[in-house]
Amino acid sequence: MPPVTRHLLHAGGLALWFMLLALPLLAVRVDTLHNVVEWRWENLLWVGSGTFALALLWRLRAAWRRSGHLAAAPAAPGRLAAFGTRLFDEPRLYRPVLGAILAAALIFPWLADTYQVNILGLALIFVVLGLGLNITVGLAGLLDLGYIAFFAVGAYCYALLNTRFGLGFWPCLPLGGLAGACCGLLLGFPILRLRGDYLAIVTLGFGSIARIVLENWDEVSGGAQGIAGVARPGLFGAEFGLAGMTTYLYYLLLGLVALTVFVTRRLQHSRVGRAWVALREDEIACAAMGVDVARTKLSAYACGAFWAGLVGVIFAARNTYINPNSFTFMESALVLSIVVLGGMGSIVGVVLAALALVLLPEYLRALAEYRMLVFGAVMVAMMILRPQGLVIARRRRYRREGDA
Amino acid sequence: MTEPLLDIRGLSMDFGGLRAVDDVSLQVLPGEIVALIGPNGAGKTTLFNCVTGVYRPTAGQIRLQPPGLPGRRIDGLAAHRITALGLARTFQNIRLFAGMTVLENVMLGRHCRTTTGLLGAVLKGPGARRQERETVEAAFGMLERVGLAGYADEIAGNLPYGAQRRLEIARALATAPSLLLLDEPAAGMNPQETRELDELIVRLRHELALAILLIEHDMRLVMNISDRIVVLEYGKRIACGTPLEIRNDPKVIEAYLGEDGHA
Repeated sequence: MPPVTRHLLHAGGLALWFMLLALPLLAVRVDTLHNVVEWRWENLLWVGSGTFALALLWRLRAAWRRSGHLAAAPAAPGRLAAFGTRLFDEPRLYRPVLGAILAAALIFPWLADTYQVNILGLALIFVVLGLGLNITVGLAGLLDLGYIAFFAVGAYCYALLNTRFGLGFWPCLPLGGLAGACCGLLLGFPILRLRGDYLAIVTLGFGSIARIVLENWDEVSGGAQGIAGVARPGLFGAEFGLAGMTTYLYYLLLGLVALTVFVTRRLQHSRVGRAWVALREDEIACAAMGVDVARTKLSAYACGAFWAGLVGVIFAARNTYINPNSFTFMESALVLSIVVLGGMGSIVGVVLAALALVLLPEYLRALAEYRMLVFGAVMVAMMILRPQGLVIARRRRYRREGDA
Repeated sequence: MTEPLLDIRGLSMDFGGLRAVDDVSLQVLPGEIVALIGPNGAGKTTLFNCVTGVYRPTAGQIRLQPPGLPGRRIDGLAAHRITALGLARTFQNIRLFAGMTVLENVMLGRHCRTTTGLLGAVLKGPGARRQERETVEAAFGMLERVGLAGYADEIAGNLPYGAQRRLEIARALATAPSLLLLDEPAAGMNPQETRELDELIVRLRHELALAILLIEHDMRLVMNISDRIVVLEYGKRIACGTPLEIRNDPKVIEAYLGEDGHA
């Protein structure tokens, strides 16, 4: 068979397969008003021809490269990658970039409207959650599928203290973080000996238990109705309008993100952080080198949960109303995707992934019912093209005293 | 007579119905190199795992008497506590922190000799900074000792095999042990590398005043460097003596060395 025919057949097969996959989603629509089924074959045609063209292009490109026509091409990405590593290594290069990003983040509320500031604020919440889970999963390698429970602990901690005892936002902020950390310790103790799949199952269970308790403990948590009338954060008694409050919360979250990045960076390159990574790499060797494995695991859980608790307080204050629906497994999975997509253990990667995963579905609202489909496709493409994550965590290089 | 640094008495270890180590006694004096030899499955690594706290022995006593410190029983103690008391080990199947750099691997060995906690790490005060500097300095020093200083920034998993073995030794030495346990350090090395290892072990013993207990199948290495040799077979100790005595022991020749095992 000549190669061209083979390419065509392959692309055609792929197109048929995608049309079959997309059939229930894109072609069939049940019109509940008139109780009829609408068939939209033209959608299927679009999917088919699009897939066909893309698959053909992909195969031709691969064949082209094999035959040596594109031999010079890899040089360009190579140089780009080299620039990427230099960007992370040299303060001379990354300081101005960091400064520019910070400046852009600072003036953002004055350029964009309240809606934009609001969703960016939501994204920042997930940045903090991602950075927190990055400690537990990315650095220490302890899978946690119920992470959002700690976020709920922080949120309910503030909501209860505020509505029942009239405590303000600022004293509650550290309390929420501490409550999260304590719950992290509580969860940590029973699962010290678990690993891999078992750890995943238990943490998944913990996440579900937390939500079920919140849903059913009517006297304390308000049950499924949640808690309303939570006070917004104050600032020396200043009054804010809706737009002003959004901006204020945005800056608050920006500050928290900066604090989280600063603290996790310090921790990562310290005695404690090295022990976390060593634990991820080899638990037995870690214990043989004199690391108290139990203590190291607990500290990783507590540190991760601390940030979730802290940002949970801000979440409650921002929404003024919380109920158990904000803390489902979907949120845990989202935060975990942020860590995996960003690149385990990489702070820059987690920040980028959090922004992408929260903002993408928001901006895809234009695509209405397909936005989750596109979102899923992006995730799948990402995992195929770059399974290590957006940014690969790089190990720090240490210099001796006196060396340049 | 000097107190033994490590004193194992009547050690037994059962796995279900299998007795992997059976009533073994063994002493290591300060500064001594003792080799543990025997056929595969004789219980050598199990004995190591009992001594280093990976397993809790079924019966028997293990005492450690670090120089200048009161002696204490270490059987049943957690692995990291035993390391803190001055006993470090390497592994038969290399267990490096493969994703960390060579230097970081050695720095981790300093973990039990340093104290910076969470708060110290975040605040990074003068004390924490000094400790971090000392850790880096000590780690570079150890890498120089084993000849890996040029590889400091490499990812440990990318090192050639022989270098990984030496890195494991450097990492163990960073914990400042008085007794070093080496589990088949020459496994998978070529003759040239084995000769270098031979020199390295003897040199380290002198420079760091170490006692060494090692498991090894390379008889030339064992006969060259050991002060005493202990032979295990089916979990039992069948002989103990100087290399010369062991080489001529009929029981050992039958069980392990073979007729021309002294090659």
